[in-house]
Amino acid sequence: MSFIRIDHVFKFYGDQLVLENLHCSVERGEFITIVGASGCGKTTFLNMLLGTEQPSRGRILLEGKPLAGEPDENRGIVFQRYSVFPHLTSLQNVMLARELEHNRWCGYAFGSSRRAARREALDMLEQVGLAPAANKYPQQLSGGMQQRLAIAQSLIRQPKILLLDEPFGALDPGIRADMHQLVLGLQRQQNLTIFMITHDIKEGFYLGTRLWVFDKVRIDPQAPNAFGARITYDIPVGKTSPSVLDDINTNLTETVPAQPA
Amino acid sequence: MKKLINQHPGKAGRWFLGLLPFLLIALIYAGASNARLAENPNDKLLPAFASFVEAIDRLAFEPSKRSGDYLFWQDTLSSLKRLGMGVGISAAIGLTFGIVNGIIPYARANLSPLVTAISLIPPMAILPVLFIVFGLGELSKVVLIIIGITPFLIRDMQQRVLEIPGEQLIKAQTLGANTWQIILRVVLPQVLPRLLDAVRLSLGAAWLFLIAAEAIAATDGLGYRIFLVRRYLSMDVILPYVAWITLLAFVIDYVLRFVSRRAFPWFHPAKGADS
Ligand SMILES: Nc1ncnc2c1ncn2[C@@H]1O[C@H](COP(=O)(O)OP(=O)(O)OP(=O)(O)O)[C@@H](O)[C@H]1O
Ligand SMILES: [Mg+2]
Repeated sequence: MSFIRIDHVFKFYGDQLVLENLHCSVERGEFITIVGASGCGKTTFLNMLLGTEQPSRGRILLEGKPLAGEPDENRGIVFQRYSVFPHLTSLQNVMLARELEHNRWCGYAFGSSRRAARREALDMLEQVGLAPAANKYPQQLSGGMQQRLAIAQSLIRQPKILLLDEPFGALDPGIRADMHQLVLGLQRQQNLTIFMITHDIKEGFYLGTRLWVFDKVRIDPQAPNAFGARITYDIPVGKTSPSVLDDINTNLTETVPAQPA
Repeated sequence: MKKLINQHPGKAGRWFLGLLPFLLIALIYAGASNARLAENPNDKLLPAFASFVEAIDRLAFEPSKRSGDYLFWQDTLSSLKRLGMGVGISAAIGLTFGIVNGIIPYARANLSPLVTAISLIPPMAILPVLFIVFGLGELSKVVLIIIGITPFLIRDMQQRVLEIPGEQLIKAQTLGANTWQIILRVVLPQVLPRLLDAVRLSLGAAWLFLIAAEAIAATDGLGYRIFLVRRYLSMDVILPYVAWITLLAFVIDYVLRFVSRRAFPWFHPAKGADS
């Protein structure tokens, strides 16, 4: 039984077909990077994994069971922005998941469970390099620090799947490189299963163990909404030799609108 | 010479410029008052500053001949009590219903139209109804304030809750939060400072309703006193009372702002340096 099974999934908005017959499976520990033209349905796909959108047809199974139809603690997410809580310090942001777990009534942990959550959160902050900023509020942090905080916050409760929607899109290149190291490290160390959308194909190749390209295969000029995007490439990135990668890269830049590198 | 929009007064300059209009008004008043009193020493319209001092001294520091109370302080206390109760209860209702309406779609569908309808009722028009239903006691005055400002507070709070980015609510769910926990840990702490802001905005209306209710049916209170002495054209009492009410309003506003800054530092990002 595969970890995640995407079973003939279609997604319509009204009569617009966005995603068409996605059918594949994903194993634990895979790092899937997703690229594709703007508006082709990448976020929609992620939202179905997250539970904020449901497939119009077909189903998605996690460990053999259908995914819950609303977000839950099995799936962590980091958005491009607004992922952390502005009214909590870094430390409180990371502790939050544990506190919610310990006290179902008020969501605040007390006593020894609070101390344990605090220690664990400080460890997590240490790992993402935010220990010195533990008592700062998010608006006192830079964009890159906020994204690191968002990752730390998502990972403390060890979600089965981590979803990243262009998490580094708003960051400048130097900080991006740092973030890549961070994510790769955490992924290997915790054997995380990650789906990450990116607009940067190079980033997709570099980070992923498997690269998906979303694209429309068929286009009817008379009815542009009649066909949806599919996974047109499913490439095991780690196992490909560099020359093949270059080939695909040039191929892809033709399908995907050119990106300013 | 810099452009006008780029010239900023210094600290002393700001104080001076800010106080200048007040001084000017006081000077003009003193001039006009002197002129009228020179013509007719019994003129009541623009009393001299000395009469203000005398009137307030009489009301604040001498017991009333009839009741033995210090009327000025008694009035202040009664009015502040009514205002505090009215605004406090309104804030509690506004917060509760605002959050519930904002976060639970079923509650919103159910209650939002009702709140909108109630907010359109002119509160003063139902003041007689309040007097009939609640009698002429304290309750009807407090209820008038509540009816006057609660719909605004509910709608404002609901709006603030709806403005919380959806990403945050999704994020909280992925951290394992249930609805109640989301309300307690995500929504409530984020709308509390906004509640203080909304209360500050509604205080003007609250004073209006308070004074109107006191003017019509009360036996003490700042509004009662003003409307009582109006019969004797006692400007020497009315004007200091108005100034006192203004000062109270200013102090309450200042205190709320201070509390907000202290209690919710994240809501007031430090300008420039922070530690
Ligand atoms: N809630 C919605 N209602 C109707 N149509 C929607 C909705 N959400 C998305 N769509 C449509 O679905 C298509 C895919 O949108 P989606 O956001 O998934 O694209 P994307 O691949 O993430 O694009 P981008 O790279 O720009 O983020 C778009 O054509 C969009 O107009
Ligand atoms: Mg998107």
